[in-house]
Formats: sequence, structure tokens, C-alpha cells
Amino acid sequence: MEAVYAFCVGLLTACGIFLTLRARTFSVVIGITLLSYAVNLFLFSSGRLKLESAAVLNESGVYTDPLPQALVLTAIVIGFAMTAFVVILAMRGRADLGNDHVDGRIPAKESAMQRHRGYKS
Amino acid sequence: MSLIWIPLFPLLGTLVPLLTSRFGRNLCAFSVAVLPAASLLLTLLAAPDVLNGETLRYHAQWISSLGLDISFRMDGLSFLFCCLILGIGLLIILYARYYLSSQDSIGRFYAYLILFMTAMLGIVLSNNVIQLWMFWELTSISSFLLISFWSHKSEARKGARMALTVTGAGGLALLAGLLLIGHLVGSYQLDDILNSGDLIREHQAYPVILLLVLLGAFTKSAQFPFQFWLPHAMAAPTPVSAYLHSATMVKAGIFLMARFYPVLAGTELWFLIVSMTGLATLLFGAYMALFKHDLKGLLAFSTISHLGLITLLFGMNTKLAAVAAVFHIINHAIFKASLFMAAGIIDHESGSRDMRKLNGLWKYMPHTALLAMVAAASMAGVPLLNGFLSKEMFFAETLDQDTLGSLSWMIPVLATIGGVFSVAYSMRFIHDVFFNGEPIDLPKTPKEPPRYMKLPVEVLVFLCLLVGIFPSFAVSGILAAASSSVLNGSLPEYSLAIWHGLNLPLIMSSLAMVGGLIVYYNRRHLFQFQAQFEDQDAKYIFERWIQKLVNRCEQFMEWIDNGSLQRYIVTMMIMALIFMAGPLLDLKTTEGPRVLLDLNGVVLTGALLLCVGAVATVIWHRERLVALLMLSVVGLIVAIAFAYFSAPDLALTQLAVEIVTIILLLLALFFLPQKLPKESSPRRITRDIAIALLIGGVVGTINFAIMTRAPDTISDYYLENSKTGGGGDNVVNVILVDFRGFDTLGEITVLGIAALGIFKLIAAMRLYMPSSDERGRTWSTDQRPLILSVISQSLLPLAILVSAYIFLRGHNSPGGGFIAGLITSVAIIQQYIANGVDWVKPRISLSYQWLIAGGILVAALTGAGSWLFERPFLTSWFDHFHLPWVGDFELASAILFDLGVYLTVIGATMSILANLGQLTTSERISPEQH
Repeated sequence: MEAVYAFCVGLLTACGIFLTLRARTFSVVIGITLLSYAVNLFLFSSGRLKLESAAVLNESGVYTDPLPQALVLTAIVIGFAMTAFVVILAMRGRADLGNDHVDGRIPAKESAMQRHRGYKS
Repeated sequence: MSLIWIPLFPLLGTLVPLLTSRFGRNLCAFSVAVLPAASLLLTLLAAPDVLNGETLRYHAQWISSLGLDISFRMDGLSFLFCCLILGIGLLIILYARYYLSSQDSIGRFYAYLILFMTAMLGIVLSNNVIQLWMFWELTSISSFLLISFWSHKSEARKGARMALTVTGAGGLALLAGLLLIGHLVGSYQLDDILNSGDLIREHQAYPVILLLVLLGAFTKSAQFPFQFWLPHAMAAPTPVSAYLHSATMVKAGIFLMARFYPVLAGTELWFLIVSMTGLATLLFGAYMALFKHDLKGLLAFSTISHLGLITLLFGMNTKLAAVAAVFHIINHAIFKASLFMAAGIIDHESGSRDMRKLNGLWKYMPHTALLAMVAAASMAGVPLLNGFLSKEMFFAETLDQDTLGSLSWMIPVLATIGGVFSVAYSMRFIHDVFFNGEPIDLPKTPKEPPRYMKLPVEVLVFLCLLVGIFPSFAVSGILAAASSSVLNGSLPEYSLAIWHGLNLPLIMSSLAMVGGLIVYYNRRHLFQFQAQFEDQDAKYIFERWIQKLVNRCEQFMEWIDNGSLQRYIVTMMIMALIFMAGPLLDLKTTEGPRVLLDLNGVVLTGALLLCVGAVATVIWHRERLVALLMLSVVGLIVAIAFAYFSAPDLALTQLAVEIVTIILLLLALFFLPQKLPKESSPRRITRDIAIALLIGGVVGTINFAIMTRAPDTISDYYLENSKTGGGGDNVVNVILVDFRGFDTLGEITVLGIAALGIFKLIAAMRLYMPSSDERGRTWSTDQRPLILSVISQSLLPLAILVSAYIFLRGHNSPGGGFIAGLITSVAIIQQYIANGVDWVKPRISLSYQWLIAGGILVAALTGAGSWLFERPFLTSWFDHFHLPWVGDFELASAILFDLGVYLTVIGATMSILANLGQLTTSERISPEQH
């Protein structure tokens, strides 16, 4: 099961990184979201995978590691705040700069190519 | 009285001129002189002790752990320099009062001058080498201010910048050298370093240390090839040149060599570097001085030459040479300061410094002329003047060394040639200016200066004569004390007499005298010869180099910082890959010994869904809505994974956050471009896929390697103490609100800051609502669906109830402030979606910003409350109570903290979403309002 888990984390990371390398803000936001899933899963798994042993004290006495969970819980909430900030920044960037390229301007070579294809931003 | 007052008085004195400059120049000059005069008095009071060979000390603790202390010491060498700095400084204060015109800000000038004086005193008195270096840099900075005093002149600015660059760079080298010395010796105290000479000289790092320290000394003392800044520093007002470039600033480098003489000198490397540099500087300066038509230019090159002479003496590694060097430090300071002041008087009273125009001034200013002639004769080394004595000692020493083997005869010969030019330029200073026909085209008719402007020159010229005629009476005490501290106590036999009999040095002196006169007589031929060379202006060369350096830096910066985010991320990712993959190469087996869980159908299905969702997000990332849907699939599977692997709190949080995130992104879609262009080239896509897969592979491998090894955890403590110490069964929640409460407080603060930042970003946003989608279909204007509206209204109280339940049980079962806050937020957002902003706004009159502030405040105050019971911040308290009908229940202060978390989460989430949502409605803030 651990192998499957690790594979998923690796795949999420790869997908997230690929998207953060795109040139448009929305793709980058999606990429960051995927990447944060991967990071949260990774951190969570440092407490090792255990079934049916939530860290709520009871008679069974078998518990998973609560510390990574506490860390990841706040990470999820902060991750939301950061995603929100990036999204709003992207919107503000589009409002102020007139385009949604991550550099705030469309590189000259690309815009020539786009004109050729009939793309209007 | 304590030693610290000697540098401290002038430091306080920098404020005096700023306060008194409005009361006229006489009062200002007088008040400025008071504190340095007090310092001089203190120095002289210390004379009996110091001249007896004692060393005075002052020590105060500062940052002892870093080896930094405020520490001063005064031995003979420091005493000599203190006398020069303060004595000549006082004369300069008097002289500057007459030299500066009424347009110049005399207060500012004096403030800089006194600051410089403090810095020099700091250098010569420091007992801690780091402190010494600090004062060293202060001289560079204050001399920059002084040289650029007439900042409206371009040459003053450029000259100052050049001086600062060269001496500042040398200062950095010096710092490196001093740190190395401190590292070797294990102490930055000069007392310890001076006694560790053998340790340092025998260490393999000695050549490096020597080079670094000498770089500092040579740049400061304008030694070849760093001499070029000094002539350009002549753009400074003449009092500055007289002070900085005769007795103080340029002598700081010489002082450094003298100070570290017991530590660094005595090796062949020292001899080769120091004496050869000194010799080259001596010859170069003496030769160039002859061809300068500017009076101060001549003096500048003569200074370079004399500094070279002193350096050469220190380089010779004999005790007598060191004594001669100290003696020449005194003599040069005296005659050169007086010559600079005389040159300033000539400039001041005739309006020119050009020796081609200045002729025959003897008739107009005989008194000044006499003073200048005596000083210049001393510079040439004429008998009965102080310059003669040290020059004689210098010639004697050049004869007495053999390190160059059979080539050793070259040193006295070259020294004599230097002497020839020295006589020639001194002759030019006297003959060209005061005789040689009539003045040509002077802006003013020359006349004698005011009475007291000459006084400082008179004092110094009197000293020239006094030392020259009665050397043993005038200087033997101070010379012996200073030399013995240079030599660390062992003073050689020497005699200060005018007549040593007819010997080789005297013949060399006579040769130099006669040769100098011949050279001066035939100067026209030499001038013609020199005119063939292209005039190399160091200023332009320097500026060109600086410009080149700046251009290179700009190119480099453009290369790394080209403004492309994609480039930055690629670089960052590749670096991350290198750092992550490196250690993995050393890991022998990926799989560890831990017993793994069995794979089952449920997990496989979930993993499959997650992978499909993630890959689909990537494939359709340009179809935004599809990408978003796929993303939400991934988010849900992550939530289920948390639930499956025993993390119910995480699952609840992830679920709630997932909903809020998707709503946020949907709102954002409304304003972002409808379609993303296909713009990456196939090559770029291939590269990015390769990088992404590599990193993904590495991360997955690391994750697998971690999970297959047994944990080494600190969590047992939390599990054991959760109930007894925190009063809760849900360990995750107890960690959040109790054990690691301070972290949580920080995190909700970050949350609040992010929300407020978003609020400001939205408030000033100028966005125009698109009226149609990409296919040209207009947005629906239908009212909101009635069923949704009715259901959501009736759901609201239930949702709030659920969130209250989740909040209250959080301490003992999955739940808590974070999750409850998110659930409440989702319930409120649902009202916005179902009924619209116009409907919600009058009904929920909550200010979300205040909610954030209130939440953080509640959490912080709960933490601070434990101070009332004299416990550390955020100590929690709990107890069990019994109420009829309700039964046993528990109250914990942590729940109050969790309430703060709850409020902040609602405030932040709602502030983000409601403000963003408002943009899509008629309620949006119009751009005109901002």
C-alpha cells in the first residue's frame, strides 16, 4: 500500500510542478494547489500509514502519530489562505497589467506568434 | 583621567560646530578647538608615563563573546601619533577659519574634520583590532566627506569617490587579514597579537595575512600601484590636504605597518614586498612631482614619494631603519603640513595654483615666501633642517643591507636618484614660485595673508628648525618611545647629531643636492621629453574601469534576473532536484525493513481516481472549468485518504477547505481570461515534463523510503500527556490548542494577514465584468433558483448547530476551531450563493475584518491570561464540573483559545470570499471611489 501512496505523492508533485512552470496565472494557481496536496500527503505520511487508529484516546491503546496531523491541519488552512492570495494577486495583475502572463507582459516573440494565429488577448 | 576621553572628546566635538556655526566664524573656530585641545592636554599629561616605556590601557566589556570589546591602549607609537593628529589638527582648525570663504558652510566643515580626527585617534589608540578596523573605515568615510566638501565641483566628487573606492577596498582586505590574525592568535586584543609574532610568522597562512594587511596599508598610504587616488584627492580644500595628506590619513597605512611590525616584519617576504613597493613609490613620486604644474599636485606626488621612503625603511628589516622610519614620519608630517598650508595661502591670495603663472611672488609676500622656502628646503634635505637628519639616516640604512645579494648596491643608487628628484622639485617649488620673473595673468594681485593664517605655518617651520638644529633636545624622548614600541621594546644604539663626520651618506646627500640643481637647471629638456608621453589621467582610467565593472554587473544581473518567473522556478526546481537527489544516491536500498500494509481494492480505486484526476487536470489545464472539476476530484480523494489512514480531523478540514477553495477558484474564473492560449513550444513542454517527472520521482522515492522505515517520533509525550496535561482525548486538537498553542496563534495571525492583504488588493481592483462567455453567449439574468434559496435558508441554523457541536466536541473527538470555522463559513457562503449579496448584506451585519481582529485578540488574551496566575504564556487550565440534568462536563481554558481560532477562520474565509463575490455584483466598489 505504501508504494501506491508514494506513487500518488510523486505523481501529484510532478503534475503540480509541470503546471507551475506554465506561463499563465490560472495554470500556476492550479499547479500550486496540486503541489500543496502532494506536500500535505507527504508530511502526513511521515507519521507512517496506520488504519483505524486515530489519535483519539480510547481503550484500544493503538494510535497513529498525532504530530504530523496537527502540522498538516494548519498547513491545509494556511495553504488555502495562500492560494486565495495568489488568486487575487493574479486577478489584480490582470486588472492592472491587462494580461494574465506570469511575467506581467507577453514576451515579444510569443505575441508575434499569437498574432499569426489570430489570438486576441 | 581615563584614556577613553582622548578619542571621546573629539567625538563629542563633532556636534559643537553644528551648534556654534551661527555665532560667527571666530567663535565657531574657538569653540571647535576646545575639545581637541582638552584631548591634547590629556595626551601630554600621559607623557611622563609613556616616555618611560609604560603602556596605558582602558578596557570596557562590549560583545566579549565575539571578541569585541571597547579597548584602548597608549604606548609610544600611539602617543606620537596622538600628538601629530591633535597638534596639527588644532593648527588646521585655526588655518581653516581664514581659508574658507564666507559662502562655505564652516560648521559642516569642522564637523567632518573633527569626525575625521576622532577616527584617526581611534585607529592609533585601539587595543582591539576589530575596533581598529572600524575606525579605519571611519577615516575612509570621513575623508570622503572632506574631499567632496565642495560637492558642486565634479572633480571633487570624482576624487572623493576614487579615494573611497580604493581605500575602502583596501579596508576590506585589511579586515580579512585582521580576522585571520585573530583566528590564529585566538584573540583580537592587540596586546596578545603583538606577543604572537613567531606564531604568525611560522604559520602557513602568513603570506596571505601579510598580503591582506599590506593591501590595506598600501591603499591607504598611496603606495605604488595604488598611488593614483592621492593626486585627485587634491580637489579637497587645502586645509584638508594639509591635514589628511601630510600627517594623518596617508600615515594611517604607515602606522599600520609600524603597529604590526613586531608581528609581521622580519621575513624575506616582508622585505621583498614592502621595500620594493616603497622603492618604486619613492622613485615614481619623486619623478612625477617635477612635472606637475599644479602646486598641490607637486606636493601630492612629493607626499607619495616620501611615503614610499618610509615604507622602504620599514621594509629593510633592520632596527635602525625602523627608527629612521619613525623619525621621518615626524619630520614629513611637520614640513609637508606647513608646505600645504603655504600652498593654500598662495592660492588664497593670488587666485591660482599654476606654477606657470605663479612667478616672482617674493616681492608680494616675502614673509610667506620665507616660511615656504624653509619648509621646502627641509623637504629637499638641506642641513640644519629636520628633513636632512632623517634623510641622512635613510641613506645610511640603504647602504647597510644585503638581502638582494650582489644586487644590493642598486638600492643606495636608486635612493640617491630619488634624492636628486626630490631636490629638483623642491627647488622648483622655491624658484618657480617666488622668483623666476613676474607673475603672469593672476586673477588677483598677490599680498600677504591675514596675520593668524600664517601662524600655523610659523609654528611648524619653527619645529622644522628646532628639530633640525637641536635634534636630541627636541625629539629624542618621543622618538625613543615610539621606536621602542615599534620594535617591541628593543631599541638599537643610534645618535641624533647633525655632523657624523665625512661619510658615505653625506656624500650621497651632496650628490643628490648637486644632481638636483643640475636637473632643475636643465628642466626644459626633461619637460620636452616628458611631453612626448600621452598624458594618462588616472581619473578617466578609473572611471572607465568603474563603468566597465558596472556594465558587467548589469549584464550579469540581466542574465540571472531577467524577469521571467518560469525561469526562476525552473532554476529553483533544478537546484531542489540536485539537493534532494544527492543524498538518495548514497541510500543503498529504497525499501526499509518496516512491515507494510496490504493493498486492497478500496485503496487501489482511490489511487486510480486520484491519478486520473491529477493527470486530467494537467491535460485540460487550458480548459479551465474542466481542470477545476478534475482538481476537486483530487482534493476529495485526498480527504478520503486522510479519513482512511486514521486522520479524521484532517479529513474534515480538507473537505471543508476543498469546498471553499473550489468556490474561490470558480469566482476567480469569472475575471480571468476564458481561454488560455497554447503558447509553450514542444521543446519547452518536453523540458518541463522531464523536470516534473524527475522531481516527482525523487519525491515519491523519498516518501517511500521514509514510510518503509520505522518512525523515530517524539509524539509519545503528547499521547501520554494529552489527557492529564491538556484535558482532552483528541490529541491532534490538544496539540493545536495547548502543546503547540503558540504555533497556532502564529498561524491564525498569518491567516488574518493574508485575508487583510486580499481585502486591500480587491478594494483597489479595476476589473470589468465580462458580459458574455467566450462563445459570445450573454450571462443569464434569471433570478436565483427558488428551491436552492429556500433550502439553504432552512439549512443555515442546522449548519450552525453542527458547527457548534463540532467546535465543542473538538477537545475530545475529531473537530475543533479550524473545522467548525470552515463549516460555519461554508454555511454562510451558501446563503450568498443562493440569495445573492444584496439579500445577505442587510441580514448578516458582521464586519469580517473585525472578526479576524477579535479572533486573534481572544486567542492572544487567553494566552496572556495565564500570566495572571503567574504561569508562562498560553498555559492551559481545565477542570471537571457537575450540573444537574446536564451531568458531568469539563471546562478548559483551551476552548477559549479555540474560540479565537474559530472566529479568525470565519473572518478570514468570509472576508476573502465575500469581498471577491461582491465584485460580481452591483454592490462592487467602483474604481472611482478609490
